[in-house]
Amino acid sequence: MFTFALRRFLIAIPTLLIISLVIFLLLEAAPGDPLGEVPLTVPPEVKEKMRAALGLDSAWFVRYFLWLKQFFWVEPLNLVDYLFNTQYAEGMQRVISFQSRQPVMQIIAQRVPQTLTVVGLSYLIGVSIALPIGIYSAYRQYSWFDQLGTFISMVGFSVPTFFTGVVLIIIFGVKLQWFPSIYDTMHRVTDWQSFLVQVRQMAMPVMVLSLYNAAQISRFMRSSMLDNLNQDYVRTARAKGLTEKVVVLVHVLRNSLIPVVTVIALGVPTIFGGAIITEQVFKVNGLGQQLITSIHSNDMPMVMTLTFIFAILIVTFNLIADLLYGILDPRIRYD
Amino acid sequence: MKLKTALLGAVATLAFAPAAFAERGTDGEVKIIYWQAVSTLNPYLSSGTKDVEAASLVIEPLAGFNEKGEVIARLVTEVPTVENGGVSADLTSITWRIKPGLLWSDGTPVTANDAVFTANYCMDPAGGCAQLARYEGIKTVEALDDLTVKITYNEPRPNPYTAFVGATSPLLQAAQFANCMGAAASSCTDQNFAPIGTGPFRVTEFRTNDVVQMEANPNYRDPAKPAFATVTVKGGGEAAAAARAVMETGEYDYAWNTQISPEVQGQMEAGGKGEFIYAFGTLVERIEMNMTDPSPSLPEGERATVAHPHPILSDIRVRRALSMAIDRDLLVEIGYGAAGRATCNLVPAPEMFASDNTDCLVQDVEGAKALLEEAGWKVGADGVREKDGMRLKLLYQTSVNAVRQDFQSIIKQWWNDIGVEVELKAIDGSVYFGGDAGSPDTFQKFYADVEMYANNFDGTDPEPYLAQYTCDKAPSPATQWQGENVNRYCDPAYDALVVELGRTGEISKRAELARRMNDMLTKDTMTIVPLVDRGRLSARSLSLGGVVLNTWDSELWNVSDWYRVK
Repeated sequence: MFTFALRRFLIAIPTLLIISLVIFLLLEAAPGDPLGEVPLTVPPEVKEKMRAALGLDSAWFVRYFLWLKQFFWVEPLNLVDYLFNTQYAEGMQRVISFQSRQPVMQIIAQRVPQTLTVVGLSYLIGVSIALPIGIYSAYRQYSWFDQLGTFISMVGFSVPTFFTGVVLIIIFGVKLQWFPSIYDTMHRVTDWQSFLVQVRQMAMPVMVLSLYNAAQISRFMRSSMLDNLNQDYVRTARAKGLTEKVVVLVHVLRNSLIPVVTVIALGVPTIFGGAIITEQVFKVNGLGQQLITSIHSNDMPMVMTLTFIFAILIVTFNLIADLLYGILDPRIRYD
Repeated sequence: MKLKTALLGAVATLAFAPAAFAERGTDGEVKIIYWQAVSTLNPYLSSGTKDVEAASLVIEPLAGFNEKGEVIARLVTEVPTVENGGVSADLTSITWRIKPGLLWSDGTPVTANDAVFTANYCMDPAGGCAQLARYEGIKTVEALDDLTVKITYNEPRPNPYTAFVGATSPLLQAAQFANCMGAAASSCTDQNFAPIGTGPFRVTEFRTNDVVQMEANPNYRDPAKPAFATVTVKGGGEAAAAARAVMETGEYDYAWNTQISPEVQGQMEAGGKGEFIYAFGTLVERIEMNMTDPSPSLPEGERATVAHPHPILSDIRVRRALSMAIDRDLLVEIGYGAAGRATCNLVPAPEMFASDNTDCLVQDVEGAKALLEEAGWKVGADGVREKDGMRLKLLYQTSVNAVRQDFQSIIKQWWNDIGVEVELKAIDGSVYFGGDAGSPDTFQKFYADVEMYANNFDGTDPEPYLAQYTCDKAPSPATQWQGENVNRYCDPAYDALVVELGRTGEISKRAELARRMNDMLTKDTMTIVPLVDRGRLSARSLSLGGVVLNTWDSELWNVSDWYRVK
């Protein structure tokens, strides 16, 4: 198990390096220009100087290696400086956003809390309602509960979040005026009253995203339960005289959880990716919104760093899911 | 008599009460939404309107523009002119006198050195200053004494109100930005996000691309202003959502640039919480005619260059017919509603510069057909006109934008009606306006027969704008496809007028020249076919008073006068 983990970890390093090169080349080849949004009233000579100031006049490989150095050397040093109050990174150029000229990592650190509270919470809620629904739907297959669950998850699957989001805003924001349509990222929870405000402003985005997440996971849970419910060992358990509760929740559920856990683990990186559309609709300015505005304005360092961090997370959670497999199912051993 | 006096006194007190008792910071919070979120508060590092305007709450130029486009003093005692001796008689220098006793928000005095520093900061070659054009042609900027700044230009400058005028060239505090010159400009995150200024507000918290919070500047020059204690400028979402937050839910007081379809505007106004406000500037949506042949059959390097005149559009009768077939009022109704008006001018404002050219406003389909007949284009078997075996077929490109695609399909219909076959193309804005010489789809390269976009000029003086259409400004392979004269229009007579305009100082003479040049480009040659004069459209809450929309300067130019309607 340990050698397997170590081997996978070592393979991850070149994988990530290749991913970073591919991202960089894709961004390089993509049409668009960081100065594309500069108004036409700015003369071309001025634009040329602005381009040079952003470092865009050097060759692509120079910029790529500079980014590698900044990401793998300067940024960790800055983190060390920040944590231990040292000055190792003094005077070194960090990864700077074209749009705001702020170090990219600072922006990311500023935005992670918003994304984690809204997108993370909706993932938690989604998972915690999806599992019981999936279990019961499978146990009572084709009952009215199962039919209703199927209907709702089909809605959650097929209706895009930009639609459900706007519908919710019109119902709860405009007509009923229960919830604000614009999320206040500066709101601080200090007492009961401000906590309620926070709950109200999170209600709609969390609802939209939970519906979407729950729809997906409950389907996985249901089908995995159905696979197991018809197995011989279930009949044996019942024949032994075990109660239905023990049969379903201990014997069947544990076996059914294996594929579902993988799906849930692989879904975790997407939390950090934010929810691009939902964040835009409710103005929860988290990582997703940052990514999309950076893409629009061709803020290469920002897009590059964010996508690369997502790549790291995906590779890591893949590894975690593989290791979890071995722990959950003793039949799977990598040695 | 006594009673009458007493009553009059009481009435007078009541009438003047709001003014007399107005005090700084008594009206609480004002919430503004910019759906394009603010990225930085240093306009010298970003030319985005959102950034320039948010910064205008904090940092100010020496002088600005009012809603009529007139120059008004902000930090100076008066606007220098030739009459009051502030501008030298030979038009080569301008002298500004800063108001005595003016303080930065940190309590230190504003001096002429701050202005000198700001100019040097922007003119530093390594800084990549986005507003360099405002400081172009400057020989020296010097502080004559603590409160006097003198700018000397290389040559006579008929319009000296560029540096330190308008929200795009505000004063920075020398002490704060001293270590941010040149290449260090971008590492000064703290300074760029919270500049110290003289404006009505100062920054308390800044989160890039998200939200800015500000509070009233305790050292603001008018002790009774601003009425609001704090400002929040929130970003994110899109125009319709921003408008909704003001017009329907009432969560915000002011929404910037709420360009949404006239139909939706009407629905939102029914909400009764706010109103749309609009004002007109110089932004004109137009169709540009390509004077050169963009045919892909030509070798790269010769394609769309002056070496090959356009086989169809070189004939002015075709260009005129294309313009005549368009019903501009209908376009306005569909695309912009009250925030647009039909125009035939490239320079629609200020009033004195606007030509009385209105010939194009009436659609004339029959006239257009007759003109094409006269030009030798006969209707072929499938309804498309032909001449010498060549079909009258045009490629019509623009950027991806809902209104533009509507315009494209309507105009295509009109052109089909007069026997012109039209192929439409929509290009992503970041590519189209990106200026990448390697891309075939930029508006400068113009690998199409006609193209549509909007452009305007900075400030109130159209000289640099009109000077874009000289022969030498045509984009070509030799210039890496840079240059503003995208039509490749070339007329020595026009070039001569540009030179003359650059030498003319008298304002009425300048206006006459500008009108003549406008007519040459539009009604005389139909090189540029203006469609719609696009106004600024924003939304304000009915409870927000004092808003005056200004298209010549920052929209938030008079935020110190805003108040809560009680």
